[in-house]
Amino acid sequence: MREKELTCIVCPMGCTLHAEIDDDGNILSVCGNTCPRGAAYAKAELTHPTRTLTSTVRLQNRDALLPVKTDRPISKEKMADAMKILRTVSACAPVHIGDVILHNLLGEADLVATGDVE
Amino acid sequence: MNYADIIIIGGGPAGMAAALAAYEAGVRDILILERDAALGGILQQCIHNGFGLHRFGEELTGPEYAARYARAVREKQIPCLLNSIVLSLSQDRTVTVMRPDGGLSHIRAGAVVLAMGCRERSRGALSIPGSRPAGIYTAGTAQRFVNIKGMMPGKDVVILGSGDIGLIMARRMTLEGARVHAVCELMPYSGGLNRNIVQCLQDFGIPLLLSHTVSRIHGDRRVCGVTISRVDEHLQVVPEDSRYIPCDTLLLSCGLIPENELSRGAGIRLDPVTGGAVVNERRETSLPGVFACGNVLHVHDLVDYVSEEADLAGRAAADFVLHSEKKPSPICRIHVQGGVRYTVPQQIRVGSGEVRLYFRVGRIMHHVNLLLRDGEHILFRKKKQKMTPGEMECIVLPAEVTAALGNEAVLSAEEESACAKKN
Repeated sequence: MREKELTCIVCPMGCTLHAEIDDDGNILSVCGNTCPRGAAYAKAELTHPTRTLTSTVRLQNRDALLPVKTDRPISKEKMADAMKILRTVSACAPVHIGDVILHNLLGEADLVATGDVE
Repeated sequence: MNYADIIIIGGGPAGMAAALAAYEAGVRDILILERDAALGGILQQCIHNGFGLHRFGEELTGPEYAARYARAVREKQIPCLLNSIVLSLSQDRTVTVMRPDGGLSHIRAGAVVLAMGCRERSRGALSIPGSRPAGIYTAGTAQRFVNIKGMMPGKDVVILGSGDIGLIMARRMTLEGARVHAVCELMPYSGGLNRNIVQCLQDFGIPLLLSHTVSRIHGDRRVCGVTISRVDEHLQVVPEDSRYIPCDTLLLSCGLIPENELSRGAGIRLDPVTGGAVVNERRETSLPGVFACGNVLHVHDLVDYVSEEADLAGRAAADFVLHSEKKPSPICRIHVQGGVRYTVPQQIRVGSGEVRLYFRVGRIMHHVNLLLRDGEHILFRKKKQKMTPGEMECIVLPAEVTAALGNEAVLSAEEESACAKKN
């Protein structure tokens, strides 16, 4: 059995979490979290860490960028690949918050607009 | 001369929330003055997520958070003058504003809400030795280049200061293909949120060098490298513990300063520690009818708290306009002691109901006894496991406590040494 210390990134509180893991990698317990999301974060972080990716894409018909995000967290190790794809993506104004800019990014999430451009 | 019941200087998160709160309180003649071409302030370039967890119970990006308020301002048809810069504020609450279509004009206000935000500490304020090449930016300037203009300031980056904007930019520049070689932090602890150290630095293997600073900038036309050095416990550079890092860009994330030129010009009393106005619990400054909120008052960690404070200031401005006849209440001044650096508000009107007292400590503290005292008399006490300078703290003083305040009270934070030894 081993113990692992983590900093929760779910909210700005940044709780320090302690997880007990057995020799097969199973998580036995999590403590230090002040809300249930902290325990869920620790389990995900130790098995399959994910992050919401935020970035920008070009607008074809405006001299501006469009801020975007993945509509759900994607695998952490796929962030660099996702950025490569984003470099080839562009959108057309008018575009509004929540509009899907790219479906099914790396099979993990949709890319959605986080800004309004008229 | 033109007149508005409430003039709000600044259309960022504080200004928008103050305008909406004043509207909800029944004032209709409100005017927001914003120097940028759009509402939203700095949130427009903060494309990362993490905003709104307290306010909306969900994780939003900066532009999304701003849009919620901007839409509400539009729906309520609260007038905004964009591209309009306020040049001065006078003691009789006359605002001088310059705008592209109307030139220079003077507008008298029933009440004013200051919501101008803050500025980043620049190289000039840091006194780093070395030449003056291109390639040195504040983290926020770099953020504007990357996120708004679509331009990368450089490829090989060193960041001085571990404030949140610096950490966010370390990740952003890395995602956009730059190599971030190190984040140097003068203090033995980071000024940023723990979550940002994890998701912006550790995720990308970027080293955070605590007790380190940039001791020299090299380069002729363009930065070609920096010398970084360890500092001792007195924050002095240890020359023998220095090394050279080749880079073409240095980003500075070394603190924020409330932007109070207008307040100063109006003779408003400022707090030398916060850099913002001295206010009472409803965020009224020393100039009656002038209120302040958001980062112009004190630098906040989270925009959610800015909105909350702006609510207070906006409601108070409305109250000032709608019920101007008021008997003055006795004031209690809050002093600080021990680890506490400052409080906001700095003054509480006696009997003003429940008050949330915000403060910061000057160093990392464990097992802390927080005490609010009037002489020997303890008005309020609370224990805290851990407090850090990077996180704004808050105690909620119940109405019976604020009713019992005298002329002065002292907020102190002391570590329980016995407890500390046990661990």
